[in-house]
Amino acid sequence: MTDWLTRNAVFVITLAKIGLVLFVLLTAVAYLVWVERKLIAHIQSRWGPYRVGPHGLLQPLADGLKFLFKEDIFFPHATSRFVYLLAPFLAVTLGLMAIAVIPFGSGKFELLGTQTGLYIADINVGLLYILAVTSLTVYSVALAGWASNSKYPLLGGLRSAAQMVSYEIALTLSVVGVLLLAGTLSLRELVEAQQGHWGGLLPRWFIFPQFVAFLCFFISGVAETQRLPFDLPEAETELVAGFHTEYSSLKFAMFFMAEYAHMITASLLVTLLFLGGWLSPFPAGEFWAFTRYLPAAVAAGLAVVFLQDSFHHQPLSHRVLVILVGLALAGVAWGLFTGPALLELVQGPFWLLAKAAIFLFIFIWTRATLPRFRYDQLMAFGWKFLVPLAVLNIMVTSFVVAWGAD
Amino acid sequence: MTLETVLFYVLGGLAVLGALNLILQRHPIHSALSLILVMASLAVLYLLLGAEFIAAVQIIIYAGAIMVLFVFVIMLLNAGEEERTNLSRMARYVGLPVAAVLLSGLAYLLYRAWPVDLLVQPHPSLGQTRPLAEMLFKDFVLPFELTSILILIAVLGAVVLAKKEL
Repeated sequence: MTDWLTRNAVFVITLAKIGLVLFVLLTAVAYLVWVERKLIAHIQSRWGPYRVGPHGLLQPLADGLKFLFKEDIFFPHATSRFVYLLAPFLAVTLGLMAIAVIPFGSGKFELLGTQTGLYIADINVGLLYILAVTSLTVYSVALAGWASNSKYPLLGGLRSAAQMVSYEIALTLSVVGVLLLAGTLSLRELVEAQQGHWGGLLPRWFIFPQFVAFLCFFISGVAETQRLPFDLPEAETELVAGFHTEYSSLKFAMFFMAEYAHMITASLLVTLLFLGGWLSPFPAGEFWAFTRYLPAAVAAGLAVVFLQDSFHHQPLSHRVLVILVGLALAGVAWGLFTGPALLELVQGPFWLLAKAAIFLFIFIWTRATLPRFRYDQLMAFGWKFLVPLAVLNIMVTSFVVAWGAD
Repeated sequence: MTLETVLFYVLGGLAVLGALNLILQRHPIHSALSLILVMASLAVLYLLLGAEFIAAVQIIIYAGAIMVLFVFVIMLLNAGEEERTNLSRMARYVGLPVAAVLLSGLAYLLYRAWPVDLLVQPHPSLGQTRPLAEMLFKDFVLPFELTSILILIAVLGAVVLAKKEL
């Protein structure tokens, strides 16, 4: 058995990593919905989910069960049953596939006698892979709209196809500036190209020399995930629910999951390209050494918050749950403070996820504050503003790079 | 059989099945979907040959852009199922055998001229980004630029045709 394991170590480790990443991603998707509802509620002076579990923390579970037990209406008038079923599967598969090439840190560790790192696949064209996978997601929406054989989904599907093709151009063009500076398509090498600090203080992240590209990329990223203010394909005031009007139960849940998975991938990608990925913002050196303990400090702080908060919860079950979470966090903090190897391994994922969380917050923040674009405004903004801006950025960047090369 | 061989036969089979389905399906959307399947299988075949860049570009350009436009147009025009007419007698009794003979003759000649293991070889670096870029922008820069001008002219033509008064 162990012999077989060591011989097929790469295979086994990759499978294990896929399982782990999928588990974490799906949990993150479920809790992102909770975070979004809570945040929007607080922005609008409401409480948000509060009934299921302390602070509504079990709401994602309740939502999942609700999706599961809703009547699964197999839309009888579908233009094509095969395509009608294919669309949600395509959505969720492509949404989860993109995460495969995201590197979560530079840490290496040995497992089953094989050296391995914090990624599922480290391929030379990681960035192109993500662009390819996300460029296919348009099919799920367009086909869902077409197969539903109903006017609102069809309009939503058409809008989505036009919107995603248009903003994909701006998205791809804005990346070129970063690629010119880094000279690689591998996500790992892109992050490694951002190592170091200007003047010993300002991190060499691409957001500073490529701020225009960053703006273009993030805006087109929001448009690609079809979130507000670009959620024309599912504009509920015009199109009922857009492309997923005729979907119910788990098939609707699949579209839902895909959208949030895309949000997470987009945030991770922005972080990797522009914010130095897993790199710590603090310079290396004796003076800043204490910042290596930040992950442990955050875990400890959260543990204190949870344990202190447990006094405020009335039903005993809620109180026990909060105390258990607090104790688990305290255990994590203890492990991090006492195990230097673990602390070292956690550095990368900690910074990557912390930075990605900023963008997830912005995603939700814009949804809570901005109104929806009109359709012609959306197209004009993409074609007449973002694309020229991205092209201009490419020209300026290539000029500067060529200047510096001589 | 190695994993590569198994993958090759599975993907080759998928590509051929997709191509057949493309012709046999009566609805344009189903045909378009089959074509996407062919493109995707081809992309993975490129990947098996070590051509990562070409595989990714194959997906981005063909499956992600061109076929999206196909599907978009089919949806926009709401193209229905094709009427299937009976093959004319001439096509059935003369056309199909002649086509079969021609195809097999071509295949045989190709195979004799370049045996399979010479025709398709995994190249250590040819499909990677840097060697490909060096070839495009150093050795073949003139044809490359001419192609882009050709595409530009085509785009201009399309715009002029679509919008008569500018």
